[in-house]
Amino acid sequence: MSDPSTASIVSTPPATMPTEAGSGAPVDAGLPGNARKEKPRGLLGDAWRDLRRKPLFWVSAVLILIFVLMAAFPSLFTSGDPVNGTLANSQVKPSADAWFGYDVQGRDVYARTIYGARASIVVALISTIGTLLIGGAIGMIAGYAGGWVDALLSRFADIFFGLPFVLGAIVILTTFNGAGSSNGEWYIMGLVIMSLVVLSWPVVMRLMRSSVLATKEADYIVAARALGAGHGRIILKHLLPNCLAPLLVYGTIMVGSFIGAEATLSFLGIGLKSPVVSWGISISEAQNYIRVSPFLLFFPSAFLVTAVLSFVMLGEAVREALDPKLR
Amino acid sequence: MTENILEVRDLVKHYPVTRGVVFKKTIGHVKAVDGVSLELKAGETLGVVGESGCGKSTLARVLMNLERPTAGSVNYKGQDISKLSGGALRRLRRQIQLVMQDPYTSLNPRMTVGDLIGEPFEIHPEVAPKGSRRDKVKELLDLVGLNPEHINRYPHQFSGGQRQRIGIARALALRPEIIICDEPVSALDVSIQAQVMNLLEKLQAELGLSYVFIAHDLSVVRHLSDRVAVMYLGKIVEIGTEDEIYERPTHPYTQALLSAVPVPDPTLRDQKAIIRLTGDVPSPVSPPSGCRFRTRCWKAQDVCAEQVPLLEIRSGSDHPSACHFAEKREIVASHEV
Amino acid sequence: MSDILVSEQSKPGAAGSGRPSGRLLEVEDLRVEFRTRDGVAKVINGVTYHVDAGETLAVLGESGSGKSVTAQTIMGILDTPPGFVTGGQVRFHGKDMLTMSAEERRRIRGEGIAMIFQDALSALNPVFTVGFQIAEQFRIRRGLSRSDAKKRAIEMLDQVKIPNAKGRFSNYPHQFSGGMRQRAMIAMSLALDPEVLIADEPTTALDVTVQAQIMDLLAELQRERQMGMILITHDLGVVADVADRIAVMYAGRIVEEANVYDLYAKPAHPYTMGLIDSIPRMDERGQQLRTIKGLPPNLMNIPPGCPFNPRCPMAQPVCREKLPPLLQIGTDRASACHFAEDLVNRD
Repeated sequence: MSDPSTASIVSTPPATMPTEAGSGAPVDAGLPGNARKEKPRGLLGDAWRDLRRKPLFWVSAVLILIFVLMAAFPSLFTSGDPVNGTLANSQVKPSADAWFGYDVQGRDVYARTIYGARASIVVALISTIGTLLIGGAIGMIAGYAGGWVDALLSRFADIFFGLPFVLGAIVILTTFNGAGSSNGEWYIMGLVIMSLVVLSWPVVMRLMRSSVLATKEADYIVAARALGAGHGRIILKHLLPNCLAPLLVYGTIMVGSFIGAEATLSFLGIGLKSPVVSWGISISEAQNYIRVSPFLLFFPSAFLVTAVLSFVMLGEAVREALDPKLR
Repeated sequence: MTENILEVRDLVKHYPVTRGVVFKKTIGHVKAVDGVSLELKAGETLGVVGESGCGKSTLARVLMNLERPTAGSVNYKGQDISKLSGGALRRLRRQIQLVMQDPYTSLNPRMTVGDLIGEPFEIHPEVAPKGSRRDKVKELLDLVGLNPEHINRYPHQFSGGQRQRIGIARALALRPEIIICDEPVSALDVSIQAQVMNLLEKLQAELGLSYVFIAHDLSVVRHLSDRVAVMYLGKIVEIGTEDEIYERPTHPYTQALLSAVPVPDPTLRDQKAIIRLTGDVPSPVSPPSGCRFRTRCWKAQDVCAEQVPLLEIRSGSDHPSACHFAEKREIVASHEV
Repeated sequence: MSDILVSEQSKPGAAGSGRPSGRLLEVEDLRVEFRTRDGVAKVINGVTYHVDAGETLAVLGESGSGKSVTAQTIMGILDTPPGFVTGGQVRFHGKDMLTMSAEERRRIRGEGIAMIFQDALSALNPVFTVGFQIAEQFRIRRGLSRSDAKKRAIEMLDQVKIPNAKGRFSNYPHQFSGGMRQRAMIAMSLALDPEVLIADEPTTALDVTVQAQIMDLLAELQRERQMGMILITHDLGVVADVADRIAVMYAGRIVEEANVYDLYAKPAHPYTMGLIDSIPRMDERGQQLRTIKGLPPNLMNIPPGCPFNPRCPMAQPVCREKLPPLLQIGTDRASACHFAEDLVNRD
């Protein structure tokens, strides 16, 4: 018995099993009959099963799908031209011909609203992914390493956390994208995304850090260490899958709020600018004519609110599905 | 086989107690383990009993080298494992494995049983070639009495006793020589507890394992152990064969502990002479001077506050006992049935 | 349900049985189910037991046997949803508590029936001092003044043998050790002098030496106050020391009820027998423990016939078909096994 190397432990014939006090019966005698047939599923599988039953999930998922399609293939929804219009149509009210009417410059509002989805959704999705990656990674490092690394990173995050969101974004964007600058569409989008990420990652970092701190002491982490698992394995195989749930929920809600944030910045004139088409720009342009042509404000706003709401609702549904306490 | 495969010498583990967030100041130490020496022979089971806070779980963590000792050494076959690191430590992990108390928290909920039991092979790829791993996992499942077809299930689909079997299979995967069992059955129901204890005994007989069996339940420890160490506030107060400890205990703490165990026989309820200890275990931050048990001991004299009683064979004790006044005492004569 | 036929005849030897309707607390054919998203779990399937003044009924069972849920239903603290009472009665002094108004029930709680829990730390509110939590009851329920309530609370702490009760009055729960905390909780539940005390695994979280202290204290207080006590536990050792009668639960049913001496000497149900056999005893070592094979049934899918039949070493075809009712055997005990008579009459 002193050679512990690779000799197969399993050469034990199963015939010796009945030493267990005649418990020849399968140990799983008590499992429910249906559990035997069911496919094994993990926590995410459970959550999915739960989600499928929620109307809230389906409503928001369908809406989000529509918005994403809108962003990817706007021509599926409209054949109109969002950029060029006929001045003769200026501020023409909605009709069977143009469902949402025409704006001041005679452009089709329906087409503009559809095409406006792209900027909003692209900015929101990329910002969210960036925020999750940066905040998640820094939070993981801080929580796992602990000690002075944690103290340093946490203080660093606090600095950014202390910046008021709108003020911070205004400062960043007016510096790089002030009035009169003529930056390209993608350059501005990049700037907007960067400022959103820079100002939002501390929240995700804190979320990840506290999640890691709570999980780090779990017995199964100790068990993995006892097996000789290295840091990489512990982080990737054990910590990450168990810390992801809150981030997933927050990320979904974040997409919604970033759509709103993008529109806010465009509205303020420091985000995207005409001739780029975006909901924020449409709303900004419409505000001067709110008494004469309220529909100019109504349609892009309605799309904006619906998009934000869909993501927030999806986040809520996911949170309920992932939180075992609510079951 | 009577060689010692594990020798623990004067093991000390203190945890600093700090105050302040940024500028930490150490204001004291939790003396969780404070000078423990013991040895484990090949193929035997050494029971470690004690109440909560006596340091037995810290001892397990230090023996597993999950924590570095403050002082002292843990020798595995002549090699001080508390000084190992890196690859040497990883290789050592194959020899000493751990079974934890809580089967609900000690398995990663996001991994299937196959991944969980297969993980040791991934960490130590030299043990089993890739292609054979799944079969090995199935055979391990079979060995611990689980259905090998359940390899793709997740831990939450099993009951507590079954999960503990998964934990045992995982510890066995690398074919260790020593398994440290930290309260492996205390979270289980009585009937399931018996199944797991029988499994541990069977595995020991078949695979020649040595166990360090840590528990608070004296009857469970007696059932499985060859030798028993009794811990109180970070120190071993008495150590001996299972007979010596249970039939002829000489330390007052052991005697009190044994007398307090409820015996599942109502006809004995009036015959038992339970030694009532007063008060609680003192804080391990500032343990009493001299003998640590003196604050709750009915035999305490002045000498107990002044001199630390050594763990040694004494006139009143045929096995090591850390009491100045060690002597036999008939505790529960009615244990004979 | 007619399959539960426990006789209501009073048990000789139980203190307080002199009164004609001495039944303090009776649970009759109680049924509770948990409706979860995975299905309906039948947690309690017709439980009948009673406790008289001054006696200790031990409810013994493993996790999932329904022993704690029964207690929660008695106390009216069952989580609804998912738990729903689907039948039966809980009578206190002959009056069904399940049909009472919420106000009436609240009055019984604390003064009529009180409960102590396994985990004293989570049962005590961490933001109030222990003394305040005890005194509060005197103020709200008895209308005492602040200073009188404090005096009574200190008396209570003293009665549960907390040293330096006066000084401890203003301590917070986390400043107490495990044993002291359990004492504080006992003081709190006994403050209003209840007639029945339900102790749900009161010593499971404690060390043996402290466990002995707490069980002594409970026994002493019970004797002084002539309380009826329902001791819920899985520990056959503790039960043997303190119980008068034992009800063994399995899969939401009582499978055996007997006085403590009969039960240990000659269990009349194979489950009880298996339980007693599977305890490692201090006086034997190295032998195989006899175990009960398999696992308790899933409560969403209880096997037909006797719920214990898949694990029973003496199961016969009839056990898979017919649910054995809890029937009287002899004068003083009952068992829900088709072969109970054979078990009792064996040598």
